[in-house]
Amino acid sequence: MRTLLAWPALYSYVAAAVVWAITVALGADGPALLATALSFAAFTVLAAMGQMLVITLGPGNIDLSIPSTIALGSAMAMLVMDGQDPLILPGLLAAVGAGMAVGTFNVALIRVLRMPPIIATLSSGLVVLSTAISFGRGLKVKPPEAFTAFTTGRVLGVPLLALVALAFMLVAAVLLERTVGGRTLSATGQNARAARFAGLPVRRVRLLAYVLCAGLAGLTGALLAGFSGGNSLDQGEEYLLLTVAVVVIGGTDVGGGRASVAGLGGAGMFMFLLVAMLNASGAGSGLRLLLTGLIIVGVITAAGAPKISR
Amino acid sequence: MGSISLAAVLRAALPAVVFTLLLGSIFWYQPRTASYFGVNLLLSLAVPVLLASMAQMLLMAIGDLDLSIGAFVSLVTCVSAVILPGRPVLGVLCLLGLVGLYGLVGALVAWRELPSVVVTLGLSFVWLGMAVILLPTPGGTAPAWLAQAMHARPVLMPLSLWAAVAVAAVMQWAVMRSALGTVVRGMGGNPRAVARSGWNLLALRSGVYAAAGAFGVLSGLALVGTTTSGDANLAGRYTLLTIASVILGGGEFVGGRISPVGAVLGALTLALAASLLTFLHVPSDWQIGVQGLILIVILALRAAIEAVSTRPATA
Repeated sequence: MRTLLAWPALYSYVAAAVVWAITVALGADGPALLATALSFAAFTVLAAMGQMLVITLGPGNIDLSIPSTIALGSAMAMLVMDGQDPLILPGLLAAVGAGMAVGTFNVALIRVLRMPPIIATLSSGLVVLSTAISFGRGLKVKPPEAFTAFTTGRVLGVPLLALVALAFMLVAAVLLERTVGGRTLSATGQNARAARFAGLPVRRVRLLAYVLCAGLAGLTGALLAGFSGGNSLDQGEEYLLLTVAVVVIGGTDVGGGRASVAGLGGAGMFMFLLVAMLNASGAGSGLRLLLTGLIIVGVITAAGAPKISR
Repeated sequence: MGSISLAAVLRAALPAVVFTLLLGSIFWYQPRTASYFGVNLLLSLAVPVLLASMAQMLLMAIGDLDLSIGAFVSLVTCVSAVILPGRPVLGVLCLLGLVGLYGLVGALVAWRELPSVVVTLGLSFVWLGMAVILLPTPGGTAPAWLAQAMHARPVLMPLSLWAAVAVAAVMQWAVMRSALGTVVRGMGGNPRAVARSGWNLLALRSGVYAAAGAFGVLSGLALVGTTTSGDANLAGRYTLLTIASVILGGGEFVGGRISPVGAVLGALTLALAASLLTFLHVPSDWQIGVQGLILIVILALRAAIEAVSTRPATA
């Protein structure tokens, strides 16, 4: 029991359950709300997983270009799929590939121009957003039917995308816990110098984290386009705060060095249900924003300072 | 050593060179802008940006970053357009309260050793939420005195240039020359050393945040004086613009390396760049992207200067 209580991911699921219960008490349809929350949490989990990898690299590492990369991914996917079923896979690959290109560009800025990651991803985000806007403007392509069916489909009432996100979480957990790369990621976040002296492939893992993060953002964009019937220019907008909030609420150490994959699911559900609860209680958009912000600040204050000395 | 100081000179000159080049090309492209009224128009929105850049610069001096300054400046425009005209005392108290809140945030960041990026990202929603509650749709009216002040036409130079000179001079002294400013920059370089020499880091950080909040309030006042009405999303882009201004001006994200004069020049440069892009008929889709490219190019130039000037030393 004590080990369970010390497990940071648990709290995000408890919080999600409490918020769900309150929303149901306010008159929402419980099972339907849960299914919708699972759908939306799936997108958040996929995008936040990348942010988690980057944040785990240690202080100063964060990807601010995720919203732009999501917009680019959704535009690329719709452009390549062109509404035709046989082109679904190439479209998905194009979205992920475009994302990974953004990630590589980010690392190039960080390494070659010695830009701090925050500034690098900020500036590349601006360029990528412009690219996405000019690609995506006037693009009125509907997603292929099979793709819409996949992104909105359910198995025994459970959204397919939630299962996809769960699969990604399992793979990520195994990679982080059981591979040299995964252990190197945590070691880098705890003490990059020590990790380098220990002969761990720090540079390669750093590259990989940023590239995977952007690739996941591209994939999220493609799936979002399928789910919402096409791409739109502000598709990724809310995902900057969402990914950071979900990573932190899920129990990942903001100072780096300790990732919490399991918490992503609970935190993703929590963030969606929170908005649903505030909507159900009749709160206006202003109060909703205010409370969302306060909760994020509150959670990281409670999660507190990184325990590992650097 | 000679080559290193050359690099320092080049670095320091870069913002001024970029600004002069940009202004020159605008004058060349549209000769009619080379006048009092032309410059006034080109830089009409520069004052709030450069004030907000000072807020961002103060935080960057201590190694923090403010992702909420845009939302904060917008909130100030709402307070100033809704409360300030009718109930001046309450309005002033609200604005002072906002400065106090900034100070508290600084204390919180210092106390719990939190990453400023995450805290201010959350705060941006708090400010935006407050602004939307106060002013759900754009509107309100700025106090008449504020609008008059912002539309004043002083002798010799437009108001924006006088403001730029004054802000640059005051901040150059306060941050680069005064004892307290040196300690603050020291905190960005080596907080432990500052703490060991007897300073209270919590009080220092809280004070720096409060000063940044005060600049945020001034920026919002200047903005609402220019536009004469409030809007919860009015200054959304300021977060990026201010970071870009500080970086353009030679500031760095680590180590307390900043330059107030440079940051002011950076803010003016970005204001000019927006005008130039419009003159050159750059599609609006690409205007944000060009700002990102400008940042990347400037940092590439700086990296190149450093690479070239350190080569003789290592050889």
